[in-house]
Amino acid sequence: MEILQFFVERHDEILSKTWQHLQLVGLSMFIAIFVGVPLGLLLTRKEKLAPPLLGFANAVQTIPSLALFGFLIPIPIIGGIGMRSATIALVLYALLPILRNTYTGIRSVDPAVVEAGKGMGMTDIQRLRWIEVPLALPTVIAGVRIATVLTVGLATIASAIGAGGLGDFIFRGITMVDSRFILAGALPAAILAIALDALLGRAEKRWVMS
Amino acid sequence: MADPAVELREVSKAFGGDRPALSKVSLQIGSGETVVLLGSSGSGKTTTLKTINRLVTPDSGEILVRGKSVGSWDPIDLRRQTGYVIQEVGLLPHLSVEDNIGLVPRLLGWTEQKRRERTLELLELVSLAPEAFAHKRPFELSGGQRQRVGVARALAADPPLLLMDEPFGALDPINRRKLQDEFRELRDRLNKTIVFVTHDVPEALRLAHRIGVMHEGKLLQLDSPRTVLERPADAFVRDLVRLDTKEAVLGS
Repeated sequence: MEILQFFVERHDEILSKTWQHLQLVGLSMFIAIFVGVPLGLLLTRKEKLAPPLLGFANAVQTIPSLALFGFLIPIPIIGGIGMRSATIALVLYALLPILRNTYTGIRSVDPAVVEAGKGMGMTDIQRLRWIEVPLALPTVIAGVRIATVLTVGLATIASAIGAGGLGDFIFRGITMVDSRFILAGALPAAILAIALDALLGRAEKRWVMS
Repeated sequence: MADPAVELREVSKAFGGDRPALSKVSLQIGSGETVVLLGSSGSGKTTTLKTINRLVTPDSGEILVRGKSVGSWDPIDLRRQTGYVIQEVGLLPHLSVEDNIGLVPRLLGWTEQKRRERTLELLELVSLAPEAFAHKRPFELSGGQRQRVGVARALAADPPLLLMDEPFGALDPINRRKLQDEFRELRDRLNKTIVFVTHDVPEALRLAHRIGVMHEGKLLQLDSPRTVLERPADAFVRDLVRLDTKEAVLGS
């Protein structure tokens, strides 16, 4: 009850931090999809690039997030404190699931179907547009789902370099040893992750059905 | 043969491995003729078929389609003017029957109205009621219905040449027989040049004007079904078209 009261008292701040958090996640995901999907398609056409690029994306994932945010602070132009460098770090983390799922999604399309398209006289671009992308789309969306949930969680840590968002509550809670603040950050973040995941899950299902 | 629709001249192809997939295959197919390439898997029949629409490029030899070397055709044009039917998987699973059939016309830039009319006409042709099937997706169809849609799609842009790779291979005997009968009727009505690949001897005997028997990359014999039965070129062909087959087909 005490917690509920706390939430009611602070609802303005909680809502604005949630909104800030959502913006951070939204912007990062937008860029990650915009970069990751075309890059994944490119890798299916230039197979030689796949091992180094997927390896790089894999390596980024192994860097502890707090360390990556820290590394970005002294870097000029792209780095520093605040939303910009946080976005860059979040994009780097979200890239791997999107890149990998796009690449494997396209590669796992039945080669017989692709050859049938070729036999019908489709150009490479037409095969991509009519066969490979639509058939790989559920896998691509699954990658975006994973990346989104990941990013909602990671974005709380971005507060450490001044990016704002729900992480502000959590860090405040830790410093003040006040679990109410921690919950004020963690609970909306969890709800956000579940809600976005469900939303994308519906998009995925709708695509499979139609 | 005057002006063959398709001609292969000493076509060879090796994919690596011990023996070539095709060695010096030569044949001529007349306009409006149905040639069935008959052989077991690995005999080179599918590879031969794919050299015709340039899905396979031969190591040596020449392939002519309507008098023009396939190397000098634009592969996209060549394929759009060549119907291609394959076993089972040829339909795009995410598109409706109507969209599958209208795909090549769409690539060719036909108007929606024209595509629609053509699709309905073709569904009738392959004995599928348009109003019941146009909007279905491939997974909602039976094997036989899928194959009919596959044939309709290959015919969509009215290509003079049809390549069919084991189109009835996945069907049960009853449906298979039914589609074969319909195929014969279509064959006689539409006057297309058809190259048909199968490993099924009765099917070859039933559908072909001429049968090309293939084994280990070589074309052993190319003759009418009757000649293949009565005067097999060698012991292999004789064993392939065994006596019981002869009775089954000629006795019925």
